[in-house]
Amino acid sequence: MKLKAMLIAGALSFVPMTAMAADLTIGFSQIGSESGWRAAETTVTKQEAEKRGIDLKFADAQQKQENQIKAIRSFIAQGVDAILLAPVVATGWDEVLEEAKDAEIPVVLLDRTVDAPDDLYMTAVTSDLVHEGSVAGQWLVDETAGEKCDIVELQGTTGSSPAIDRKKGFEQAISGHDNLNIVRSQTGDFTRSQGKVVMESFLKAVGGENICALYAHNDDMAVGAIQAIKEAGLKPGEDIKIVSIDSVPDIHLAMANGEANATIELTPNMAGPALDALEAYLADGTMPPKWIQTESKLYTLKDDNMAIYEMKKDLGY
Amino acid sequence: MTAHVHNTLRRITPQLIILAAVLMLNFMVFPDFFRIEFQNGRLFGNLIDVLNRGAPTALLCIGMTLVIATRGIDLSVGAVMAIAGAVAASLAVDGHGWQVALTGALAVGAICGLWNGVLVAVLRIQPIVATLVLMVAGRGIAQLVTEGTILTFLDPGLIHLGAGTILGIPTPILIWIALGLAVTAAVRKTALGMLIEAIGINESSSRLAGINSRVLIISVYLISGVCAALAGVIVAADIKGADANNAGLWLELDAILAVVIGGNSLLGGRFSIIASLLGALIIQSVNSVILLSGMPPEFNLVIKALIIIAILVIQSPTVKHALYILRASAEPQPAEPIKEAKESPQ
Repeated sequence: MKLKAMLIAGALSFVPMTAMAADLTIGFSQIGSESGWRAAETTVTKQEAEKRGIDLKFADAQQKQENQIKAIRSFIAQGVDAILLAPVVATGWDEVLEEAKDAEIPVVLLDRTVDAPDDLYMTAVTSDLVHEGSVAGQWLVDETAGEKCDIVELQGTTGSSPAIDRKKGFEQAISGHDNLNIVRSQTGDFTRSQGKVVMESFLKAVGGENICALYAHNDDMAVGAIQAIKEAGLKPGEDIKIVSIDSVPDIHLAMANGEANATIELTPNMAGPALDALEAYLADGTMPPKWIQTESKLYTLKDDNMAIYEMKKDLGY
Repeated sequence: MTAHVHNTLRRITPQLIILAAVLMLNFMVFPDFFRIEFQNGRLFGNLIDVLNRGAPTALLCIGMTLVIATRGIDLSVGAVMAIAGAVAASLAVDGHGWQVALTGALAVGAICGLWNGVLVAVLRIQPIVATLVLMVAGRGIAQLVTEGTILTFLDPGLIHLGAGTILGIPTPILIWIALGLAVTAAVRKTALGMLIEAIGINESSSRLAGINSRVLIISVYLISGVCAALAGVIVAADIKGADANNAGLWLELDAILAVVIGGNSLLGGRFSIIASLLGALIIQSVNSVILLSGMPPEFNLVIKALIIIAILVIQSPTVKHALYILRASAEPQPAEPIKEAKESPQ
């Protein structure tokens, strides 16, 4: 409700600008609503377009590539100025991207990349998953400052690229620090309930008093694990330090309560940099770099987590 | 009475042996497996975890056993869990008490079951197709209820259903044991169980014999829907939030597997709820082996598959027959002929 009011207010205040830039129409083919983060990305993309007075044509593909290809073809037929694409899979885009290129419509990839020749799209705005993992690892290196620390790890869905890359980055960051050891590592499927179940087994298999820190590949698993730690009679955030990735509202709430220690933001604002690049290109033909990396911002207990929670909770996470 | 107990015991002996074997496997990978402590006001131990984490599958397989006994199948239970969890969470978020949230969720589960039952019994759509509709659509409905987010709630009463304890025992354990006993009593202390079996063996002749198969089939899907709703509430309460994307995902397959491990035929007919519940515990014990072994997660599904294949091979009629022949040839005196489950007198 609040969000709606904000959007309307935003729309009203930009009326003159809208009139000025009304000729800019951009199509956005979104994967669907697979997760809270995805929903937040959609919300933020709409906000960013609104802010710039861009007419955003939104197409929800419901997790199907054929729907995305249809949406892109319809954007081309409508003669949009540019296309934002969050591709559901990496392969099979060559033909439709070729069609967009022939129609001279620039395509910007959001959040994920594709296996296609890189002259078929203008740029890709993504976060660096390995970097996210290494920021988490580096935080723990600094936090422990050489003291011995046994770590348990909750991995993402086995075989998924975030799970592989976030594990890799973390291991790179802690390698060479002999005080840090991953003693158990198991998948929690990126979900709260599995995060809780697997943490329960860690607490028994290793012994809660022997675990110094938890690294979770996403915040949801950490939120589940916090409950398991509490039920085992330990204090999450104190007895067991918790670092995770994504920066969803609920982890900030946990941090505000002192139950988690750090999170690394996977920003839902991929559209901001993408639209900036597009506007620059359409204005004077400035070619952006092939890859725009978003910032992987570290939040700790020093930040005002309650305020961040309040700000983020209406984004649709 | 003793004869009855004796029969039941004989029926569930294979499941008990398998469960004991898998629990021993747990003990081998983690020697402290059987240790149970009283800690922080609750029983604390791996065995308790198996009983507690097995609750959703156990609840699902109670309804699933009845549905399968009528020669049906219910693929929608995982999605119904997601819907029920979402409904309970949104009622709690709107400020209603846990009683209202629970009742609302169970009512929605009953409606989902009724929908399946009507498709199967009245419109005569094959169960696997009829319930596939809700399996696919249900998760979408749940997402509509939660508006695509993980809907978190703080109502202590509702949370108690999933994460609380009564006399130190986690509530979900008490819920599934109580419901299992209640449904078993309802079908075995009355003729209901026999009527359900009759439908599964031959629906036409059971109808000719005067059984109202339509009402009974609708009822079993309704029970399955309610069981799924209860499981959905427990799963949501456990994490204090309704996760429409993931709650109950693929759990319908675990529930069907539990029924099969329980020695029930997918072709309907005779059934045992207790054996299915043991099947659910066996599956959870296998999950426990995987978690406690500390193996890399890449091996999870391989280990699970190997153990399940071993269990099913041991139960296969051909292997049983081969064992019987071996035993018969070893013993000179004539052994009792084996009876096929469906042919034996009721």
